Amino acid sequence: MSQAEGVLRRPRPLWSLGLLRSEITMTFRRWRTLALLAVLAGVPVLVGIAVKIETGDGGPGGGGGQGGPAFISQVTHNGLFLVFTSLAVTLPFFLPMSIGVIAGDSLAGEAHGGTLRYLLVAPAGRTRLLLVKYATTLTFCLVATLVVALSALVTGALLFPLGEVTLLSGTSISFGEGLLRALAIAVVVALSLIGVAAVGLFISALTSSGIAAMATTVGLLITVQILDTIPQLSAVQPYLFPHYWLSFADLLRDPVYWDQLQKNLGLQALYAAVFGSAAWARFTTRDITA
Amino acid sequence: MPRYEPTEVTGEADGGQSPRRRKAVRYAVPVAVAGVAAATIGLVPAFAGSGSPDLPKISAQDLIAKVAKSDVQQLSGTVRVSTDLGLPSLPGGVAAGGFGGGQGGEKGEHGQDDGASASPRSKLMELASGAHTLRVAADGPEKQRVSIVDKAAEYSLVHNGNEVWAYDSGSNTAVHSTAPDAGRHGTHKRAPEGLPGDLKNATPQDLAKKVLQAAGDTTSVTVDGTARVAGRDAYQLLIKPKQAASTVGSIRVAVDAANGVPLKFTLTPKSGGAAAIDVGYTNVDFAKPAADLFSFTPPKGAKVVDGDKQRATAQREHGKKFKDFGARKDAKDPRKDFGGLNVLGKGWTSIATIKGAGAGLPSGKDQAAGDAGKFLDSLGEKVSGSFGSGRMFSTRLVNALITDNGTVYVGAVDKQALIHAADAAK
Repeated sequence: MSQAEGVLRRPRPLWSLGLLRSEITMTFRRWRTLALLAVLAGVPVLVGIAVKIETGDGGPGGGGGQGGPAFISQVTHNGLFLVFTSLAVTLPFFLPMSIGVIAGDSLAGEAHGGTLRYLLVAPAGRTRLLLVKYATTLTFCLVATLVVALSALVTGALLFPLGEVTLLSGTSISFGEGLLRALAIAVVVALSLIGVAAVGLFISALTSSGIAAMATTVGLLITVQILDTIPQLSAVQPYLFPHYWLSFADLLRDPVYWDQLQKNLGLQALYAAVFGSAAWARFTTRDITA
Repeated sequence: MPRYEPTEVTGEADGGQSPRRRKAVRYAVPVAVAGVAAATIGLVPAFAGSGSPDLPKISAQDLIAKVAKSDVQQLSGTVRVSTDLGLPSLPGGVAAGGFGGGQGGEKGEHGQDDGASASPRSKLMELASGAHTLRVAADGPEKQRVSIVDKAAEYSLVHNGNEVWAYDSGSNTAVHSTAPDAGRHGTHKRAPEGLPGDLKNATPQDLAKKVLQAAGDTTSVTVDGTARVAGRDAYQLLIKPKQAASTVGSIRVAVDAANGVPLKFTLTPKSGGAAAIDVGYTNVDFAKPAADLFSFTPPKGAKVVDGDKQRATAQREHGKKFKDFGARKDAKDPRKDFGGLNVLGKGWTSIATIKGAGAGLPSGKDQAAGDAGKFLDSLGEKVSGSFGSGRMFSTRLVNALITDNGTVYVGAVDKQALIHAADAAK
């Protein structure tokens, strides 16, 4: 036994990398994943076309609550703003919903399909498998966000002029710097999703039904989003994971206003730690029967 | 040993532990993480708030002198403004003007000026309810910048020399005005029409200065311990009106122990509860701010409005038309237009009176008397006295009595005092 273990242990780092690679390829080869990404890529196109059709009027109703309107008025001047608008539009529901689907499916889907035990046969250990699953979900977070951003950038470049970017503070920066900020925003948006991903993973470790895990994750997301809008709950709201999501817009200030961004990332890290360790506690002690 | 059983090849010798116990231990991890996080969230602010640094004793007089001679010219920071005046969406001029009158009551002109600067410039009115974050930066009297940080939007006001720019990211509009003789604090007050030229007055410094100016024999000023504000040691100045009729319970000003800059201003109404006005730095830095903060060029594609021209037009149009407080800013000479404006009493209990020309409620009756009347009834309560009858509008801080013959009494005083004033005037 001890000899066998020694043999097994040596190639581990490579092993988990290989496992990660195969997990990622498998996830991104699924039709379901591709369909999700296609839907996400479609949102900026829709928004862009809608703004193009509506062109002419800058939009007097700029006071809307969701954060989108503020950028929408800028889209006609600069296509790059379509990136910010699209992220602001997709971040509250579309993006976390697709994360919920992928994260919810990650363990429960395997258990449901009866493939989880074969995965465990691989000498990687449960903790490692869990980490690989989480890493795959996080990769999807980043890819999904970048898909939205790239699709928005292409649509924006095709439909609207590009050029100097006006920040919220009224300062103009060059297009190159604007692109950098857009990239930073995409990364922040992707990082904003690690909380949901951890919650999804935990729910996924609880059940053996992929559909149930997905539905619970998405349902929880919607519930939390609704709670976040009820003014009477303002005492609790700073601890809800979507609360600081739209703070990514603070990257467009001059100088950048870090306060909310830091709170957002801290909160996401906290959710990842709590629900990640809960998922670990559940997954490593669970009876895998399927 | 089949791998699909809940055992992991981890090398730890856990053969002795029962699976149930191991499960409990594992589940303790997320619980512990959550617990530590909750404890940190709950306790750190409590520690930060209760931390009252040891500072040498100082008399109220000395502290006020310290504030007065404080000549900090360069600072940048973040200001948190939360206001809970208890006015849902009343036409702002009434409350804001009345507040100005109440605070600066002793110096009638000053009070009026404050009221005017706080009159319904939409942005400033936004500050009058709810919580807002401002970013401020100043480098001497020539260069200031204030930005209201909103969700995915920002409203910036940049003053540099004799130029004042305001930029609203929501509408992508820049308003440009010139301050005729730059440098003087007062000039910039009247600068641009359509934007709060006086946003700067929302900083704790200006609020504290106004209060200290108003403090006289009607006020008790004491030093009440120390506090830590925005990471700096500060003395707490406690200001209490002596006049019983005032609705102001107490005002607390935290003054930086090192350089005398007021860092936090809290006004609590006599009725208790949350502070009505709470303005404080959450973050402050007394180093010279970057110079490019104060330079503003209108971005491409933004609508640029000439504030001077706009103001001139507005003055012509509205100069004589409006009969509410809000018009005071537009009018060149507030006193001329509002011959009826009068300040009764002194100190905290001063009451601003505006004689109406028998027109009842301002502007309400002319247009849609019926509906407006009903609406006002729902807002104000009917009161009567030997002066006749009228409607009483009350908020947490400011009460207003509008009599049926159109005279308005406004002040940071309780309702009884307003009725007395109306009776006395009869």
